[in-house]
Amino acid sequence: MNSFAKYISGMMGGIKSLLIGMRTSIRVFFRKKITEQYPENRATLYISERYRGRLVMPHDENNQHNCIACGLCQMACPNGTIKVTAGKQELEDGKTKRYLVKYEYDLGSCLFCQLCVNACPHDAIKFVNDFENAVFTRSKLLLQLNHEGSSCKK
Amino acid sequence: MNGFLDYYNFKPVAEWIHSSLCGVMPEGLALFLEGLVVAVVIILLYAILAIALIYMERKVCAFFQCRLGPMRVGKWGLLQVFADVFKILIKEIIKLKNSDHFLYELAPYLVILASILTFSCLPWHNGMGIIDFNIGIFFVLAVSSIEVVGILLAGWSSNSKYTLIGAMRSGAMMISYELSLGMAMLAMVALSGTMSISGIVESQADGWNIFKGHIPAWIAFIVYLIAGNAEANRGPFDLAEAEQELTAGYHTEYSGMHFGFFYLAEYLNLFIVSGIAATVFLGGWMPLHIAGLDAFNQVMDYIPGVVWFFGKAFLIVFLLMWIKWTFPRLRIDQILTLEWKYLIPICLFNLLLMVVLKVYGLVF
Repeated sequence: MNSFAKYISGMMGGIKSLLIGMRTSIRVFFRKKITEQYPENRATLYISERYRGRLVMPHDENNQHNCIACGLCQMACPNGTIKVTAGKQELEDGKTKRYLVKYEYDLGSCLFCQLCVNACPHDAIKFVNDFENAVFTRSKLLLQLNHEGSSCKK
Repeated sequence: MNGFLDYYNFKPVAEWIHSSLCGVMPEGLALFLEGLVVAVVIILLYAILAIALIYMERKVCAFFQCRLGPMRVGKWGLLQVFADVFKILIKEIIKLKNSDHFLYELAPYLVILASILTFSCLPWHNGMGIIDFNIGIFFVLAVSSIEVVGILLAGWSSNSKYTLIGAMRSGAMMISYELSLGMAMLAMVALSGTMSISGIVESQADGWNIFKGHIPAWIAFIVYLIAGNAEANRGPFDLAEAEQELTAGYHTEYSGMHFGFFYLAEYLNLFIVSGIAATVFLGGWMPLHIAGLDAFNQVMDYIPGVVWFFGKAFLIVFLLMWIKWTFPRLRIDQILTLEWKYLIPICLFNLLLMVVLKVYGLVF
């Protein structure tokens, strides 16, 4: 191929690729936009179920949770975010059993690694996708996960 | 010839205003007052168009990137640009210690002057051309070149490496692209047989130049759009203000309204390039006429010329934005290769083709 033919074919190739680029971008132009208009679209907002927004301890309708106060989550936590306060209870057959008194969770130091959830043998805690966690003082980030007067499932 | 075109003609109104003013005052004063009014109107239009263009740019850019763009300030973000302009107006104009003060402060005015002078050459409407004389296109090309001086001065006088590199790149690019811009225009001047802007528009009464000149007109149109995009310093030719490497290029050190002038001029240059393209290739304010279809032409004449002009100009503005938000920036060597090895030979060939076609009567 001589140089003039190369010149012409190179130019034509360039024009073709430019036109392909313009076709691609005009398709994007008419595509549905992905911008989320956040506070206005609260009603229709979709947050993935897997999103780790906040740690919770699910309670059933009898105000009972799954936590046996073993403290594995507290040991698994790299930040010392979780503090499990356990009480001891004497059973009829003479054994002692730990029960949960207070499950404290500091949202401010949590790094959402999910190690606590993975460590839990009873699936007592989980992450929910509730992401609107902003508050004005740090003390409001100290949450107690077990509800008032709750008890462990038998 | 056709009634409605004359009905919308602004010239009788202008003449009536002039003669009634001359009735109550000497002609010199009347001319001065008229000039003042026209200047105020032009500057107002300039500012309003800049706001419209900045809004359009932000929205079109957003849509090309699958976003919504400004949505918060006002309905659909309509007040966003007004807020930005107000912010720029109240900002301080910084004086740099080691800059060349006189040139530093002169540069934005040169840029805006070139832009406004070119802006006033546009044929807004039938009989509404402001600067209109027998070498109109030549004048447009000449005054639009003043901008290069402003940009080079801005880059040099700011005394900063970013501005200097930006200005040098811009100067090299704009001076090169003026050649192909001029030659694309020259081909169309050869087709129209006149350099006067109103003459060019009127010569398109029986069909726009892009249809009349067919192949060479299309080539000239595409070359003009590429070169005009480069003249307006817009992407993919925005290496003069390549944000990633040069912060903001030649206007890095400017603040407040001096920066605003560069910003305004950039957007208005986009509109001017589009307006000149609309004039030379798409008939300016001239409605879409197809020779032979008189009924169709009559219907088209009902739409006023100013609507046609803005419609065409904004169509080309959209085309240029489409190009800007599709292609990545070129390097300086690529830009000069494109101009000197591709556009100039094409332009020379195209000019020859146009002249041959015109001489042998092969254009409509």
